Amino acid sequence: MGGVVVVGGGLGGLRAAESLRASGYAGAITVVGDEPHLPYNRPPLSKEALSGGVEIDRLLFRRKAGVDDVAWLLGRAAVASDLAAHTVTLADGASLEFDGLVIASGIRPRRLPIPGPSGGRHVLRTADDAGYLRSRMAPGTHVIIMGAGFIGCETAATARKLGCEVAIVAIDPEPMVRPLGTELGAGLRRRHEAHGVHFHLGHTIDAFHGTSYDVESVSLSDGTELPASIVIEAVGSVTNVEWLDGNGLDLSDGLLVDSAMQVDTPLAPVVAVGDIARHPNALFDGIPRRIEHWNMPTETGRRAGATLAALLGGSEPDRSPFTAMPSFWSDQYSYRLQSFGMPGIADRIVVVDGDPDGPCIVEYHDATGLIGVVGVDRTQDLVPYRKQLMSRGLATR
Amino acid sequence: MTVRITIDPGKCQGYGQCCFEADDIFLLGDEPPVRASADVAEDRRADAERAADVCPMQAITVE
Ligand SMILES: Cc1cc2nc3c(=O)[nH]c(=O)nc-3n(C[C@H](O)[C@H](O)[C@H](O)COP(=O)(O)OP(=O)(O)OC[C@H]3O[C@@H](n4cnc5c(N)ncnc54)[C@H](O)[C@@H]3O)c2cc1C
Ligand code: SF4
Repeated sequence: MGGVVVVGGGLGGLRAAESLRASGYAGAITVVGDEPHLPYNRPPLSKEALSGGVEIDRLLFRRKAGVDDVAWLLGRAAVASDLAAHTVTLADGASLEFDGLVIASGIRPRRLPIPGPSGGRHVLRTADDAGYLRSRMAPGTHVIIMGAGFIGCETAATARKLGCEVAIVAIDPEPMVRPLGTELGAGLRRRHEAHGVHFHLGHTIDAFHGTSYDVESVSLSDGTELPASIVIEAVGSVTNVEWLDGNGLDLSDGLLVDSAMQVDTPLAPVVAVGDIARHPNALFDGIPRRIEHWNMPTETGRRAGATLAALLGGSEPDRSPFTAMPSFWSDQYSYRLQSFGMPGIADRIVVVDGDPDGPCIVEYHDATGLIGVVGVDRTQDLVPYRKQLMSRGLATR
Repeated sequence: MTVRITIDPGKCQGYGQCCFEADDIFLLGDEPPVRASADVAEDRRADAERAADVCPMQAITVE
């Protein structure tokens, strides 16, 4: 068969396929995705799709005309690969041959080993997850959210909107503290509290209690017991790399790639994109990191497609520094938070305008100067900040 | 030739991501939250498409 095989049918897989075509690659492209759906948009799953209802047709991405002839093998998982033999094996035993491989299999939510019933414990990553959770969230339902990151906090806000009783249990001292810092995290916590969310910070869940089918309560590390109808676990992620075992790759934290998104292996032309790609960014310190932001599959996918098209066409890919601006947003209740750069690696955080309980702008600095900015309900004021960040000197690393 | 850009008002939620990509093509306002400039030259097509790619609501069509 040959051609390019893309493993992972999310945004990163789609953008890589589109970029292969835009870069002149005319061979066969096959996308393998273990979900039954064509690529769709995940951010609404914790926001409007969770409150309003999950309609997959409204979530699907528009696909560029160039990928009309792509073969989509959906509902089928890759379970193994042999880069030296240029093959990927699927769960149903099928074997796909490739000339070039795109790794776009993303991440899945981390599950913690906690004693007690496993029924009633859920995660939120896919449209099917969101559809199920929506069906369980009725007024008065006791929802326990483990983890106070963005997905946990957005889900808490949506659950309150649906009339659920919501408690967040997290080991962190404040919600969203790692990317945002203590002061803004505390401001956002107070907004959640004003909307009726109860926080149990600095604590973990020690055990689940209930029948063998369903959780009825949880006990925390400080001895508190909370009633629970459903538990949503949002405590970080695990990379979907198991199907790449045995190829001598560094799989310690996703796939390490260079500025062209190429994986370092002599065995085959391989690129990685999206949440799974640990890539350097020369706008910042150049240390390779995975960035789980929605705009990165598009940025890394564009670069990776061009790289693979060049490798397969026998030319040298563009290895100039990768300088895409990381960007994310989060909607909780009526406020909107937007961020550019890498606030999470800052060592100095300053609220420069407004206050963290209302509209505000927060700057993030390290020894090299401004490295990130977060605005709450200040979209317009972020335009010059993004420009300033884009004009940072490039890291030489 | 010019590039025709439409923003679906039923989808756009004013994230401004399009403006961040190309603030001379996509103009932030209050009502509607964003509009596209009427006259975009063909040599800006790639910029317009980049902006359409990063719209969180996939509200932008570039023709
Ligand atoms: C609920 C939620 C809300 C979010 N909200 C925001 C937000 O507001 N702002 C923001 O910036 N970002 C947000 N994100 C993050 C953003 O959606 C991700 O960064 C983005 O989806 C990553 O795209 P990807 O293509 O790398 O991975 P994915 O979209 O995860 O795609 C990977 C695909 O590969 C499939 N797959 C995995 N293993 C295999 C295998 N072995 N064989 C075949 N297929 C496989 C997976 O099932 C999946 O379909 C949110 C994410 C979630 C889950
Ligand atoms: S990026 Fe999309 S949702 Fe945001 S303002 Fe532009 S068109 Fe509207």
